[in-house]
Amino acid sequence: MRVIIHGWAVVILLQIAGAGMALAGQLVQVKISNLAFQPAEISVQVGDTVEWANDDFIEHTATANNGGWDVILGVGHVGRVQFDQPGTFDYFCAYHPNMTGSIHVSAN
Amino acid sequence: MHASLSGGVAAAILMATATVSASAADKPSDAQIAHIAYVAGDIDVKAAKLALKKSKNESVRAFADNMVRDHTAVNEKALALVKKLNVTPEDNETSKSLVKQAEQKRAELSKLSGAAFDRAYVDNEVTFHGTVNGALETTLIPSASNAELKSLLRTGLKVFLGHKHHAEQLADKLN
Ligand SMILES: [Cu+2]
Repeated sequence: MRVIIHGWAVVILLQIAGAGMALAGQLVQVKISNLAFQPAEISVQVGDTVEWANDDFIEHTATANNGGWDVILGVGHVGRVQFDQPGTFDYFCAYHPNMTGSIHVSAN
Repeated sequence: MHASLSGGVAAAILMATATVSASAADKPSDAQIAHIAYVAGDIDVKAAKLALKKSKNESVRAFADNMVRDHTAVNEKALALVKKLNVTPEDNETSKSLVKQAEQKRAELSKLSGAAFDRAYVDNEVTFHGTVNGALETTLIPSASNAELKSLLRTGLKVFLGHKHHAEQLADKLN
């Protein structure tokens, strides 16, 4: 079991090294606290992944206005979406429509 | 040794609380505040469960799902806090009258169906959240003496203001 886990780790590391920065992308975090996306507006590059972390004691979602993605964020959980197209993606919480955010994705 | 010490502290707190409530007779105690907030949440969960049983409108059902999810989470937090603070929730005039009104409303709503039910349920959600939010703002939050209780009530108010706004938008759509 240990051997397999180590093997996987090596493979993943090699892939990242082989693919370089562009494909691996950055992980950009958005915190959800006190019923707000923080920061509400972020800028990333194509290939980056946005990770939402729900610090509240109630459930939220990160739901694209255009219906492209819908991530349910349980209490204390995180959810991720990788962006492979440039553009501005507005989103909201389907449970609390007052909560909104925006992601600007630029081509690299 | 420890038990008798904390017993003395508890007695001192009780005496201090008694003095405070005697000097401000209409100010609810933390035990009463916690109970009022819990009862209000419970009422809204029951109303939402009735809506989930009766309504076929997708937006109304989604709203009701939200009410069950949020009020259950807030009430679980309230129960945990009450337990941690070792406060025994206390029935009082406000909580009793909330329950009584809610029972009447539930009986009224039970007789309706279809679009009439949807409208009446959502309209009542607007009114109910307005009443509860008003009580939180003017009485419950200012009266709470424990900082954690105060903070939970503030978060609750923020959640419930969102509910009211959501209910208003839904009411516009239905009418
Ligand atoms: Cu939310």
